[in-house]
Amino acid sequence: MNSHAMKLTFAFLLLLTCLPLSAADDLSKPLEALRAVQKEGQGNEAASKAWQEITKADASNLPKVLKGMNGANPLAENWLRAAVGVLADEALKAKKMPVEALVAFLKDSANSPGSRVVAFDLIQRADAKLGEELTPTLINDVSSELRRHPVAKLIETGDKALAAQEKTAAVLAYRQGFDGARDEDQIKTLAKKLRDLGQEVDLPTHFGFLMSWKLIAPFSNADRSGFDTVYPPEKELKFDAAYEGKGKEAKWVDFTSKDEYGKIDFNKPFGMEKSVTGYAATDFVSTEDRPAEIRIGCKNGWKVWLNGEMLFARDEYHRGAKLDQYKLPCQLKKGKNTLLVKCCQNEQTEQWTVEWEFQLRVCDATGTAIVAKN
Amino acid sequence: MKTTFFLAFSLSLSSWAFADWLQFRGPNAAAVSTDAQAPADELKIAWTADLPGRGLSAPIVVGDKVFVTCSSGPGQDTLHVFCFNANDGSKRWERAMRATGRTMSHTKTCVAANTPCSDGERVFALFSSNDLFAFDLDGNLLWLRGLTFDYPNASNSLGMSQSPVVIGKTLVVQSENDAESFAAGHDVATGMNKWKLERPKAANWTSATLFKGVAALQSSKGIVGVDPDTGKTVWNYEDGASTIPSSVVSGDLIYAVSKGITALAPEKGSVTQLWRNEKLNPGTASPLVLGDHLFVVNGAGVLIKASIKNGDEQWKLRLKGPFSGSPVAAGKRIHIVNERGIFQTIDPEAPEGRVTQEIELKETVLTTPAISGGAIYVRSDAKLWKLQ
Repeated sequence: MNSHAMKLTFAFLLLLTCLPLSAADDLSKPLEALRAVQKEGQGNEAASKAWQEITKADASNLPKVLKGMNGANPLAENWLRAAVGVLADEALKAKKMPVEALVAFLKDSANSPGSRVVAFDLIQRADAKLGEELTPTLINDVSSELRRHPVAKLIETGDKALAAQEKTAAVLAYRQGFDGARDEDQIKTLAKKLRDLGQEVDLPTHFGFLMSWKLIAPFSNADRSGFDTVYPPEKELKFDAAYEGKGKEAKWVDFTSKDEYGKIDFNKPFGMEKSVTGYAATDFVSTEDRPAEIRIGCKNGWKVWLNGEMLFARDEYHRGAKLDQYKLPCQLKKGKNTLLVKCCQNEQTEQWTVEWEFQLRVCDATGTAIVAKN
Repeated sequence: MKTTFFLAFSLSLSSWAFADWLQFRGPNAAAVSTDAQAPADELKIAWTADLPGRGLSAPIVVGDKVFVTCSSGPGQDTLHVFCFNANDGSKRWERAMRATGRTMSHTKTCVAANTPCSDGERVFALFSSNDLFAFDLDGNLLWLRGLTFDYPNASNSLGMSQSPVVIGKTLVVQSENDAESFAAGHDVATGMNKWKLERPKAANWTSATLFKGVAALQSSKGIVGVDPDTGKTVWNYEDGASTIPSSVVSGDLIYAVSKGITALAPEKGSVTQLWRNEKLNPGTASPLVLGDHLFVVNGAGVLIKASIKNGDEQWKLRLKGPFSGSPVAAGKRIHIVNERGIFQTIDPEAPEGRVTQEIELKETVLTTPAISGGAIYVRSDAKLWKLQ
């Protein structure tokens, strides 16, 4: 459990102790049963009984059930989300949605992003006008999902201003939207609108792509065995060293991506090789010890190490790549952090298997870029 | 009074008599309705229900309830399970959860690609994100699993679509992909693993078929018969098979999508090959057997009728394609919907086959219909239709 999750869990337990005894007694045990669900179905049987108990409770308990999502693992969140759905349906039918309490819940950013997304959805369903009023307040929310609503509104506002030939107002709305946007589709839309109006947009900085790396290749990936073969860069990072590679010497080269989506393309320095393995290394200087996410998009086989610890490995080729395809939670240390990426190209020769590349960014759990000191 | 009572009793009995359509391709995953009452020759749209998200998953029918899954949201992260009233299309309940596994897929497919299944008491909904939920028929959540949360490399960046099946007290789930490929038997009551098998590391979109109480799991390597209680191999056919259309069982044989169609007679410990016709090449749609004939829709949208005795072709009928969904049958009719939403009914007993009815649904349809109670259910990314 990371420190944020621990804090949320502590806050949840504190809340239970602070609640009036009768209220806490009512649902604290079943809520704990749902939160106790673990991998491989552990806790499902107790959760099933607890879920029945919670869904029979009065709708006024909605904020309490939502609180249960704080610090819960994704499986427990789903148990709770489904329970909230049942209570909410009853509340809407009886016109008893506790809207005021839900607004207070939404406004309290100590609550988890997932639970606040659900709270906002309930507010919108119960009182669409109130949802509209709250929307602009979410532009800098810690939840990227909640930001989508005000960003969409700002796109609308900019479009209307543009239609009325108010270019300055349009640029202002689009820029506000762009700064707040965390989702790729909205960022792309706004970047185009801003550029069409002659504005500069720095996508690599907005996303937090790492653009400058040292690359080494080609090591063999014959029969896809390179994925599991430990080549020298996994043992040592000596950037002046050269090693026996596949048919030629493997040496480190400097590479800075010119792609605004941060693609680190091994084909550029090493040619369009097949059945090969390459490595990329870079340093990320963090201003503090902090939790982070390394997010990678890659359609080749890959492994990622942070400060010598392997975060994840993926042995899949040419099934597709996208931004934030894999999210790897990690802990940055203050100062220099070394990232090593292994990127394997397979033997396929079809036109759609040319890519030997990855895209990597460092951000927080909500997708906001963490800016490196270097 | 007596008449009223008799009428009510008869109606009640007739509704109970409807055969359920409990999984992808219905009874025994064979795509043929076992209902005594087949849909009428002239079908009309009885009702339409709106859906809030995408789905390639087929509807299933349990009694008078129709279950459908959808995925919605910018990242296809919201997972919906719906229960509709079969009589009028009104919504009985909806549950919305969140994907805990990866939701990336090819743009043509989506996260709600696996057809749910039921044992008549529970509904099991699996999604491409490897999230698996069990509900009772009234929508009470019984258990859930996050199979990618449990096994972090189990995903396919193109999306997965293998539909689960229930055999006895075991829910058989496949998550077969390039990286962490497995099949598992889950206790229907708790979701706990009864067994978990390593499967060939290769993307696979086929669904299990049921053969004499055995789960027949198809992959590029072939088809393995697995004891649903233990996960142990009962028989193994190793001459390769398709990774898109699924095979079909009829009588004592499996008509395997393997090098065309290969008729197999599996027994404990062995599999006998009876015939093979390499020209019977299903495209995306899975084959079906109706009476003494096998029907295959090839990649060009041509329906081919062949003998189940030797695989010999009898006729070819060009349909309006292309097709992503598979044909289903009831009585003496075959039904299929193309990607452009043209529902087509075929009389397979006509000398060269004949399309007897077309209904334009005016939506993209990438899925397989369900048949129950003399009605056919079809879904798109936005709608669920009952045709009757």
